[in-house]
Amino acid sequence: MKLTENQLLDAYKHMRDIREFEERLHVENTTGDISGFIHLYSGEEAVAVGVCENLTNKDYITSTHRGHGHCIAKGCDIHAMMAEIFGKDEGLCRGKGGSMHIADLNKGMLGANGIVGGGPPLAIGAALTAKTLKTGGIGLSFTGDGGSNHGLTFEAMNMAVVLQLPVVFIFENNGFGEGTGCDYAVGSKDIAGRAAGFGMPAEKVDGTDFFAVYEAAKKAIERAREGKGPSVIEAITNRFYSHFEGDPGLVRSKEEIEYIREHKDPLKIFRQKVKGQVSEEKLDQIDKESQSLIDDAVKKARAAKNPEVSQLYTDVYVSY
Amino acid sequence: MSKKSYRNAIKEAIEFEMRRDPTVVVIGEDVRGGHGAKNTEENKLEGFGGVLGVTKGLWTEFGSERVIDTPITESAIIGMTAGAAATGLRPIADLMFMDFFGVCYDMLYNQAAKFRYMFGGKAKAPMVVRGMIGAGFSAAAQHSQSPYHIFTSTPGLKVVVPSSPYDAKGLLTQSIRDDDPVVFCEHKLLYDITGEVPDEDYTIPFGVANYTRQGTDVTIIALSLMVHRANEVADKLATEGISVEVVDPRTISPLDEEGILESVASTGRVVIVDESAARCGFAHDVAALIAQKGFYALKAPIELVTPPHTPVPFSNVLEQAWLPSAERIEIAVRKVLEV
Repeated sequence: MKLTENQLLDAYKHMRDIREFEERLHVENTTGDISGFIHLYSGEEAVAVGVCENLTNKDYITSTHRGHGHCIAKGCDIHAMMAEIFGKDEGLCRGKGGSMHIADLNKGMLGANGIVGGGPPLAIGAALTAKTLKTGGIGLSFTGDGGSNHGLTFEAMNMAVVLQLPVVFIFENNGFGEGTGCDYAVGSKDIAGRAAGFGMPAEKVDGTDFFAVYEAAKKAIERAREGKGPSVIEAITNRFYSHFEGDPGLVRSKEEIEYIREHKDPLKIFRQKVKGQVSEEKLDQIDKESQSLIDDAVKKARAAKNPEVSQLYTDVYVSY
Repeated sequence: MSKKSYRNAIKEAIEFEMRRDPTVVVIGEDVRGGHGAKNTEENKLEGFGGVLGVTKGLWTEFGSERVIDTPITESAIIGMTAGAAATGLRPIADLMFMDFFGVCYDMLYNQAAKFRYMFGGKAKAPMVVRGMIGAGFSAAAQHSQSPYHIFTSTPGLKVVVPSSPYDAKGLLTQSIRDDDPVVFCEHKLLYDITGEVPDEDYTIPFGVANYTRQGTDVTIIALSLMVHRANEVADKLATEGISVEVVDPRTISPLDEEGILESVASTGRVVIVDESAARCGFAHDVAALIAQKGFYALKAPIELVTPPHTPVPFSNVLEQAWLPSAERIEIAVRKVLEV
């Protein structure tokens, strides 16, 4: 498989945007202008982007509480995302969702989700719609290693096999469900291996390598589109930060995180792999553009107006 | 117009809507029934259509693509329904016994009910969750509850509790066409009652109470099976010259506050009959409403008739004592009249 230069630049741009977005949130979170929980995705960019580069707006994804990367990879408006996290009226969800509930159905983004294991059942619903209405789309869930242990996830996987739904379950194994190690909490220590028990193919990939994720996802997504049923991908990855911004972060040593940042950074790995095919200048240019995009997004989000208090009562129902 | 059972009225609403709108699908365990069984000639026969036969016949007309038998996994059923509703279908999920909501409540409570609000008005979940409520069948503690008060306490969910075949068809049609998630509670003791039901489709708006008896002395507010018991009491007391008004809100979310308060204003005496719960139930909610907004019309304290605060017992003798009876309703009515 050979990606064109434009495709490579696109993928890099998305990964870089996610990184800038997250690194900036890490800083902004300390200013007191952001309330609530922020769960950062830095270090996992190759998974979201490797998968979503294979998707269109007809395809629906569900996400997790660590959802910014999936939103950006699926094409959500970055300015509106930032405004949402600042709780502003111009936010993607008008300030009613915040970091954990960013959604944009027009882009096929069915929502980040505050409930671990909440996404897979919703993704099979999107897959059912695609199958029933023959839209050609698929459903796809991003779930963590924590969510892989959840009963809802098991039920959704079984249902997908029974109904032969066009859906792909991506498990982002970053090693931790909150602060509990995956080696401890996943009984079999093998998330992909469980899929066989449900009767569907599964693949374990290096989640720090965009190309490994891209290829595995492409295969699974094509399989779903061709009506051949669901599949599972377990992407082994790392999160640079702790569970949420401001938590004690005691689960890994400073040295370990330094090692990950040096040797397991999806962006560095990507740059290595495209040497000779894409010029350094073009990649550097993207870095600069991302930086100014995020600068601008933060500036505008901070200046944006708060929602009117009267909005408290709107949008509970479509009609009452 | 012809006489139809509550069961057939419900089925008619579903089949009419499935014919009218290709995005309507039915999802649940055994909604066709017999799937994968050996005696169905390679799955070519219509199954039993749910444990009490409500959806029997739909599969023959609409096929497995739209009448979807699932494993008994309530979380996946309701989650899939919510995801499908957000992305373009109008699914009707069959939870079978509403008691099972405990298994899958997250998908209703944290997901479907909150999509619209949490996503800033940009999402909707046009779905219906059908399920049986009610005691009186000796189905014991896990198959006899009426947990509609719990759904009502969740903003974003609409809650419908029909008491007659006419209401069942009109309200279910409305539920399927509604763009919000609707929990549709069917009392299992009502499936075989019959009543006049138009042959064509029609809707009944949510939030409009039905006065099943008009009266001037006392207002009884009741839902579902309890409406029938209240009517019975109203008819009996009418022979003594006591004029009882029976108000059936039909939907609890939205609730016809005006309709209830209007009746209270005219009678000044209130009995609320409710099968849901002895504490924090529908009765308590309505009592609070009346105390807050209709207090000066009251001539006597509000009386509540509910089951005791216990799980539903199995033994027929115990269960009959558990369910609010016509006798207990009558006693309550006489009590408010004494003041």
